Amino acid sequence: MAKKRLIQAINDTLFAEMERDPKVILFGEDVEISMFGDTKGLHERFGPNRIRNTPICEATLTGMAVGAAAGGYRVILHLMFSNFIYTGFDAIANQMAKLRLMTGGQIKLPITVIAGYGGGRSTAAQHSDTPYPLLMNLGGVNVAVPSTPADAAGLLKTAIRGDNPTFYLEAGGRGGERGEVPDDDFTVPFGSARVCRPGTDVTLVSVGAMMKPTLQAAGALAGQDIDAEVIDCRTLVPLDTETIIASVAKTGRIVIVDEARDRCSAASHIAAVVSDEAFTHLKAPVKRITVPNVAMPYAPNVEKTVIPNQEQIAAVTESLVNNPDK
Amino acid sequence: MLAMYRTMLLIRRTEEQLRDDFHAGRLPGGVHLYIGQEAIAAGVCAHLDDADPIASTHRGHGHYLAKGGDPEAMLAEVYARETGICKGMGGSMHVADFSRGIIGANGIVGAGLAISAGAAFAAQLDREGRVAVCFFGDGAANQGVFMEVLNVATLWKLPLLLVCEHNCYSEFSPSDTVTAGEITDRARAFNIPCSVVDGNDAVAVWQAAAAAVELARDGGGPSFIEAKTYRIYGHNESEVHWLSSEYRDETEIEPWRKQDPIERLGSFILENGVCARENLDALDIEIRARIAAAAEAAAAAPPPDPELMRDMMFSGQQP
Ligand SMILES: Cc1ncc(C[n+]2csc(CCOP(=O)(O)OP(=O)(O)O)c2C)c(N)n1
Ligand SMILES: [Mg+2]
Repeated sequence: MAKKRLIQAINDTLFAEMERDPKVILFGEDVEISMFGDTKGLHERFGPNRIRNTPICEATLTGMAVGAAAGGYRVILHLMFSNFIYTGFDAIANQMAKLRLMTGGQIKLPITVIAGYGGGRSTAAQHSDTPYPLLMNLGGVNVAVPSTPADAAGLLKTAIRGDNPTFYLEAGGRGGERGEVPDDDFTVPFGSARVCRPGTDVTLVSVGAMMKPTLQAAGALAGQDIDAEVIDCRTLVPLDTETIIASVAKTGRIVIVDEARDRCSAASHIAAVVSDEAFTHLKAPVKRITVPNVAMPYAPNVEKTVIPNQEQIAAVTESLVNNPDK
Repeated sequence: MLAMYRTMLLIRRTEEQLRDDFHAGRLPGGVHLYIGQEAIAAGVCAHLDDADPIASTHRGHGHYLAKGGDPEAMLAEVYARETGICKGMGGSMHVADFSRGIIGANGIVGAGLAISAGAAFAAQLDREGRVAVCFFGDGAANQGVFMEVLNVATLWKLPLLLVCEHNCYSEFSPSDTVTAGEITDRARAFNIPCSVVDGNDAVAVWQAAAAAVELARDGGGPSFIEAKTYRIYGHNESEVHWLSSEYRDETEIEPWRKQDPIERLGSFILENGVCARENLDALDIEIRARIAAAAEAAAAAPPPDPELMRDMMFSGQQP
């Protein structure tokens, strides 16, 4: 076990995976110097045939990821900020997500797309989006959103070793949490949520970096005699609905905390599944805590009001448990 | 000439203020400085009116100011105040003033190209002689949209001036490591008028832009200017906090400091007897005072009301 930051866990894992499999290649804009620190040192170690800076051309980079994967490589494409997923979206939505089915399952597309996501640092609306809802809707791509260093390492290995395209969204650009990472070659399977804190009164489901305020809120709620169970989705595609439903069967209440805009968010999808499959267990309405349907504002005081925080999570949960009819 | 000098000095002093403000922790977000490239914005915008639209980049303070944008409102924006030109909603990378034809700095590299082509199309439909200008970087020229815009603009004879500011870097990558051939040759392939100018020579930029703007106003279609310059500061002022290694040598920067566009235009002005040294010094004092006051006013201004965002997302509709 070693304690490290999330971004360090990603960096270590990239080293290990590139060491392990010579077919793993990585490219993207300024990945050699590494803005977030996740690809730091790889160029010095593996050289330009394994990791390479690219021109600014996202529409081409996403297409190249498809072509290089079809050509037998395990591709890691770093898109820097998640907003640049939009710039490269054609080959993602029209090729990456569909090519396998359209061609009768002939090929595998081992592609891992890395991008930093989310707001909170006054980077304004074009450098702060949380894009997983639209990725979830594509059908043909996996979505991983690690919140701890151990999960960051385990999920990244699963993504790189897997045979399907995966969007690996990192909140690491915002510092990233510190945590223990096992030394052995462990992986975290996709579609397996983690119960981070057992509880009996209410289920709090968190996506990605929302884990920190959610756990803090759970801690605060304990002081008010509310015992919250906290679940980290870890991957949104595939989504571990079983763990969520089992928890709701026990608690009868659920609050989903999601950094995406509310409309068609991950939270609204989870809410739909829970209403469908756990209806008889519910003692209160299904609650979503999300971002309002606005572009991310620059001013820190305004940005702060849109991103879910500990106080908001605690207040919504408390009211749900104590006054479900309100 | 003097007007151009004033514009360049205004950009320089405003950005020095922002640089110091950033490092003093007074700004919530990072800033991309235009210092050393002022001659390009000033030389081109000298030919434009408020009605002529310009699209800009993440390094957009200079274009905004050269196009007549209000420095007070820009500083307040970067300070994230309600008095900011975008009410504190956009910040440094999104300064815009549509009333002055500043249709926006942009956080998406290359996005201004297509937007400016659309603005040129609107100008063409209106037949009022307006011309659209797109400022973009050498890095942006590697986006496919560059070729797409060259094609549609040439085909439709759009009143568009494309100004590529080649500052030798695309973030931390030296341009020659990510850009093949000469960018101008890409435009030449469309048989439109192209010129390559010394981007640190305001007079040369002014001259090249004069011809291009006139051509566009007369219905002669698009032109392309590549202005060769150098990014004196980092990609972003925040980079010192997170970059783990150096990417260029101080010895590389030094010769470019000697090519300072403001000093060069100043010498030209003095040599040609346009005015005396004292006049230039007085101008500097005046601008420094204005910017210092603007920064103070920005610092004292209130932050935006969070509810504003709900009114601004849509026009006449709630989000
Ligand atoms: C679509 C997109 N991809 C990547 C980025 C990240 N990025 C911001 S500025 C920049 C370099 C731009 O280089 P250039 O166009 O030469 O402009 P300069 O910064 O030199 O003024 C990059 C890659 C971005 N903002 N948008
Ligand atoms: Mg450049």
